[in-house]
Parts: sequence; C-alpha cells; structure tokens
Amino acid sequence: MDNLYRDFILEHYREPHHRGVLDPADLSFADSNPTCGDELAVTVRLEPDSGRVAEVAFDGRGCAISQASASIMSDHLAGMSLDELRAIDPRTVLDDLGVPIGPARFKCALLGYKVLQGAVRGAMTDWPEEAEVLGDASAGGSSP
Amino acid sequence: MVGLQHRSRAVTGAALRADFPVFERPTASGRRLVYLDSAASAQKPRAVIEALAQTYAHHYANVHRGIYELSVDADARYEGARRSVAAFIGADSPREIVFVRNATEAINLVAFSFGRSNVGRDDLVVTTELEHHANLVPWQQLCAATGATLAHVRSTDDGKLDLDDLRSHLERGPKILAVSHVSNALGTINPIAEVTGLGRAAGATVVVDAAQSVPHMPLNVAELGADFVAFSGHKMLGPSGIGVLWGRRALLDAMPPFLTGGSMIRRVTLDGAEWNEVPWKFEAGTPAIAEATGLAAAIDYLEGIGMDGVRAHERELFIAAWSRLGNMPGVRLLGPDDPDEHAGVISFVLDGIHPHDVATILDREGVAVRAGHHCAQPLMDRHGVPATTRASFYLYNDHDDIERLADAIVATQRVFGTA
Repeated sequence: MDNLYRDFILEHYREPHHRGVLDPADLSFADSNPTCGDELAVTVRLEPDSGRVAEVAFDGRGCAISQASASIMSDHLAGMSLDELRAIDPRTVLDDLGVPIGPARFKCALLGYKVLQGAVRGAMTDWPEEAEVLGDASAGGSSP
Repeated sequence: MVGLQHRSRAVTGAALRADFPVFERPTASGRRLVYLDSAASAQKPRAVIEALAQTYAHHYANVHRGIYELSVDADARYEGARRSVAAFIGADSPREIVFVRNATEAINLVAFSFGRSNVGRDDLVVTTELEHHANLVPWQQLCAATGATLAHVRSTDDGKLDLDDLRSHLERGPKILAVSHVSNALGTINPIAEVTGLGRAAGATVVVDAAQSVPHMPLNVAELGADFVAFSGHKMLGPSGIGVLWGRRALLDAMPPFLTGGSMIRRVTLDGAEWNEVPWKFEAGTPAIAEATGLAAAIDYLEGIGMDGVRAHERELFIAAWSRLGNMPGVRLLGPDDPDEHAGVISFVLDGIHPHDVATILDREGVAVRAGHHCAQPLMDRHGVPATTRASFYLYNDHDDIERLADAIVATQRVFGTA
C-alpha cells in the first residue's frame, strides 16, 4: 500500500548501519528535529594521514525516515574528504533515500545530513531551504 | 432560535459537520476527513467565516478614534465582542477582558507586566510538569530576568498533578502559581478550583492557562478563583490572531502596560505618557478587529449548543476511544483513565513505531492527528517518550471517527509488521 514505508526503509530502521558512538572521535555533533524533538548524534573518525573519513557512527532515537536516511547516507561516507562532506547536496541524500519526501517529512529525512554538516563545520548549521531542495516535488510529496 | 434549540437537544458530530466547510474537502485517501487535531486548532463553522467577511465587507474601519458612522459601527462590534467574551466566561465586567493574539501572548503579558513589577530575586514562582511551553518559558524568562526561583510541581505516573507536591511548594510562599486547567499533551483535567483555592490561600497570584478548557467545557471565572486566565480564540472555533486575557480588575489597574504606543494612552507629551484605562491600556496599536467579531460569532455558535453539551459529547467520545484503543495490542495510552479527569485529548504510543511515522500513515487514511512533543518536552521526558501521537476531539467528531482512527492504527501496525 505504501511507497514511503518500503521494505528497505523499514530494514534500515530496524537495523541501522553504522550505529553507535565512536570514542575517541575527531568530529562529533548532535542536533534535534524541532518538530518532534528527535535527537541524532554523529561521531566521525578521520584517517590520520589523508584526513579522509575512516569511520562514522550515528546514534539517537527517531522515526523510520530519519533513522533510515542517516543509515543509508552512512554507507557512502567512508573515504570522503572534509570538503567532499561539506559539498554533499541534500538533494542527493533524498535521492539515495529513494522514497518520496514532502514538506511534512523534510526535516526527518535531512536530520542525519544536518548533524553531519554540523560535525564538519563544528557549528550549528541552518536547515536547507525546503523549496530549493524539494523543488516541484514540494507540491506533492510524501504527505498527500 | 429554533435552530439553536434543536441543536441543544442533539450535539452529534455528523450533524454538525455540515456547518464546517472544511469537511467538504476531499482527502487523498478518497474518504472523508477525520479531523482529530482540535487541541492544536479547531476548524471554523460557516458562521465564523461569514462574520469575518461581513465585518470586512460592511463594518470595517479602525476602532476607538473615529468620529464617523462607520468607525462608530466598527467600534461597537469590537466592544460588543468583548462583552460576549465577558458573558461567556462569567466575568464581572468587560473591563476585565483584554484582547491579545493568543493564550501565549496573554501569559507573556502577565509575566512581563505583573511579573516584573511584583517578583524579585528572593521570590519563588511555581509552575507544573504538565505545562505547555507557553506556561513555562515566560516564567523561566521572568526568573532569569529577576533572579527569582522557578519550581515545578511534579506529576504522577498517570499524568495527574501531584497535589501533595503542590502543597509542599505552596508552603514556601510563592509569588505566582502558574497552572493549566487541562493539559494539552495528555488531556488531564486538573482539579482547578481546588488548585486555585490552595494557591490563593498560600498568598500566590494564580495564573490559569485555560487554552484547552474554555473551548471544551463550561468555565466561570467568578467561580474559578484564579487571578488571571488565558485562552485562545482559534481553539474555540474562532479565528487565529485573537485571544483573551481575563484578569481581576484591581490587578489589571495596578499593572504597568506591556506594549506601548497608540490607543493605550490617555495623554502623551514628548517626555512621558499617562496610560489609558483597562483594558485598553493593554491593547497598544490597531487590534484584531475583524477577528474579535469572528470570536463573538464562535461564542454564539458554542452557546447555541451549550458548553455542557459540548463537554458531555467529548466525555462520551473519550470513554469510547479510551476503551477501543486501550484494547488494541501494541497501543499504550497516557494520562488518567477516569473520564472526569480526562478531556477529549488522547495521547498514545505504538510499540516500535515512532509517532511521526504513525501520523504519516494515519494521514494517508484520511485521519489528521498530531505527532510530536506537543510543546511539552519536559512532560515527554517525564514519561520516558520522545514524542506521542495525539488524537483530540471536538463537537464535530463522532464514534465513526474513532473507528476510522482504530482502523488506521491497525494499518500502521501492518506496515511496520508489529500487528
């Protein structure tokens, strides 16, 4: 019945990849979704020589969309440089998530992305512009 | 009047829905809209929408200072709305009714105007764990600004106010007791007359957040025993942008203004000003004129049904929903189970499914609920949940809505494989 709660989303929700807290870590950050209070933290360990991502871990509690999104994104991060992390396009995160995301679940789907950006920049970042990221999709989206 | 009398005999959701144009709106589910989010904001009957349009079309000018007929007319309707509100809540005088934007602004007005001139660094302000952020953050700010201490009355595991803890806080002689009549997050109905009685006996000025009670049950400020009462128009079928602060006349008279500028002055020189009388002293600038007339229309509509009837209807829906949902596997209900202590607001958690996901799937079934912390994060922490799903009832809901809710919960559990 559902094009949002596909099996792979639910699988990531039940068994998220790269789960936990790295200690020690080179980068860490935590943030929350203001609409529901869900919290997510990220810790990143870098290769000492190249400065590229060696390992990343997400930890927190949240809905299926926020957890699956962070889990799916986490599979792509190893080996990336800080500049590459900074340049991640939120649209790519939504594409990788692979299910239609509308305004109602926009912040859920990008919580992992936002926490990661906070870790890379060492400071709180703004939420991406909804209209910019969703484009025409915001007319339809995940909450018809 | 014949129509009104007919209504007061039978308050039923389905019959009343015809008065609310929103229910003509199709949903993506292909089924009629089941609106269970009135605790956030109520839908509007045609009478309210028409009152707004009528004011703008035929009775609109600025209030208070016009000499011409149209302004006098606008003023009469605006002040008439104030009298409607006063009569609706049993105030001694319309002078005790201050129009504000919403309950949040009403509480901020009290915290700034009364609070900053009456609370000092050695004083205590008491609020409770059950509060909406609107009845918590303004007091945090007051205490941060004055150095006063803020304390919180505990709640019980079933979401009730711990009256023993309240008594022990009151023994410390707080300046202000700020408490909600009905919890927006759990639906708990506090024994408010007892609470205000204890508070005033302890010498506290008692501020009641009545945003979740005035729309849903009879409330008489003369019997309530509070010093200030705050509520919003938009939760009681009225427009957004208009709310009410009721206060005891002597307190309002003694308070400095909150916002300053036009309308609220008696006389201004370049160096100073004298304040207008209450309530206008607290209504700086052009107020929500049309919205006030819309609120008066909402009050007319509610009085046509009778607040006893509204309360009885929601009580019946609560009993049915509490038992229906409570018997479903994987559903945990929060708050007291006694229907006399629980308004038409049900907060619940589904095992293994985040409330956001619940709300999304319910939405696809045409059922509108709220998911989140309901602006009560400390209360969520208290119950060990990050958030809940909340279904709230009003006079346009009925038993069929509860069935639709239950069916949609089953559909949600099916998607997540927890059923």
